[in-house]
Amino acid sequence: MPSDARPPLAAPTCPTEIAVELADVSFGYDRRRPVLTGIDMQIPRGKVVAIMGGSGCGKTTILRLIGGQLHPQAGRVTVAGQNVRDLDRDGLYALRRKIGMLFQFGALFTDLSVFENVAFPLREHTELPEELIRDLVLMKLNAVGLRGAWQLRPSELSGGMGRRVALARAVALDPMLVMYDEPFAGLDPISLGVVGQLIRKMNDALGITSVVVTHDIYESLKIVDYIYFVSAGRIVARGTPDEVKSSTDPFVRQFVDGESDGPVPFHYPAKALAEEFAHAG
Amino acid sequence: MPADTIAFVVRRVGRATQSSIARLGFAARFFALVLYHSPAALKRLQLTLREIYFSGVLSLVIIVVSGLFVGMVLGLQGYDTLNRYGAGDSLGIFVGLSLVRELGPVVSGLLFASRAGSAITAEIGLMKTTEQIDAMEMMAVDPLARVVAPRFWGGVISMPLLAALFSVMGVFGAYIVGVRLIGVDNGTFWGNMQSGIDFWPDVTNGIIKSVAFGIAVSLIAVFEGYDSKPTAEGVSTATTRTVVGASLAILALDFILTVFMFRGAA
Repeated sequence: MPSDARPPLAAPTCPTEIAVELADVSFGYDRRRPVLTGIDMQIPRGKVVAIMGGSGCGKTTILRLIGGQLHPQAGRVTVAGQNVRDLDRDGLYALRRKIGMLFQFGALFTDLSVFENVAFPLREHTELPEELIRDLVLMKLNAVGLRGAWQLRPSELSGGMGRRVALARAVALDPMLVMYDEPFAGLDPISLGVVGQLIRKMNDALGITSVVVTHDIYESLKIVDYIYFVSAGRIVARGTPDEVKSSTDPFVRQFVDGESDGPVPFHYPAKALAEEFAHAG
Repeated sequence: MPADTIAFVVRRVGRATQSSIARLGFAARFFALVLYHSPAALKRLQLTLREIYFSGVLSLVIIVVSGLFVGMVLGLQGYDTLNRYGAGDSLGIFVGLSLVRELGPVVSGLLFASRAGSAITAEIGLMKTTEQIDAMEMMAVDPLARVVAPRFWGGVISMPLLAALFSVMGVFGAYIVGVRLIGVDNGTFWGNMQSGIDFWPDVTNGIIKSVAFGIAVSLIAVFEGYDSKPTAEGVSTATTRTVVGASLAILALDFILTVFMFRGAA
């Protein structure tokens, strides 16, 4: 199925060709230490796009900027043609109702069952009758292979199952955009493959757009359409999976080959070794 | 003292004062937002009822047992002291007034802060640590309306009921000790209590105190949880701050309210 075609049962898709755009975005929690600098990114409708980079490079901050939890100090973040910064609280909440998000460790509500977790957005934002909510929840759980686990508590789920329940919850309202924050972190190889395939299949079946923040290069190369590499708050490389595989860019090579030293240094900045141990001589 | 040291101390004091004022302002704004979201939260009554269960019903054991023992001790100590002045028969009114005016609201408030207040802070803090609050915000659900306001009102509603129960259990404890064990006349015990305690101002002022304590404890508990750092250490610090802050707030409020309420009666 072409990725920009709208399937018959899908939710309203993004009205613009470019679902998410970051234009010259800079952000820092304080002005002396910028987290992101001059980020330019375009995420086309219907595509699965990965944002990759080492820990602490600012990947998750990009998701928070897209979701309007943070606002850039410079530049513009546009989602479905709307400048996120211009939205008031109601406007932002209206936009968020069209966005699903899967958090790093699922962020399931621990006081609710699996069923109630998936039903949560439906109960909060719709007035659907209980029978319909039940059917919708079981359909979403069936899509992630966990219909039989509807009565379990989050504490009874494995990491991979929790991530799948969180995915079912993220798509409960049939969003136009789903953001995944480290969806593969801490998963065994089987769960990792399952979650990866679900992200791709959900994207294509529901006609949504997906942004995946991850540092799992191998799983990402299998499922995404395009990859941005972020290092020290800047985009340092970009390309399709094939371009990434054949890239000679030192950063991309270090990332793909898992080298411990390179453009991303092994050592945290420190004084020169000779200077540090000068007293020994 | 060198000028550098003085400047350092002044800077530290200034920064601490500035930060405390900013935090107080943030807490006041937070309280206003909780009140703003309260009508929507109270419309979904089952959310608040659930919190009344967690804050109130689950605090019953500690309130009932503490009330009983405080009443029994009050009966023993009260009788011993009153009897020295030949007023042992006034045990009923002494115990009743002490509990209804003072010990009921204050001790149950302190127990409530330790049991329910710390639990509320820890729960909200852990929800923050595990990104549940963020998840709610990203689902376009305001956590102030969905999480904070029901817990706040659950505490505010539970507190006066627990204080009343504490006083009842205290009176019962004093009755066991005073009437059953020591031998104070049953009719005198209850008769003095009935004639010496007025619904207004004694009982009413006790209720007003317990409502004020309920507001203070619940507000501190939800605020500390919501403002906690999303780490294990952050949640632990927030829980401690709730217990210490709420206890001090109860004692300070108690003094202020007592001054205003019983000024005329004293």
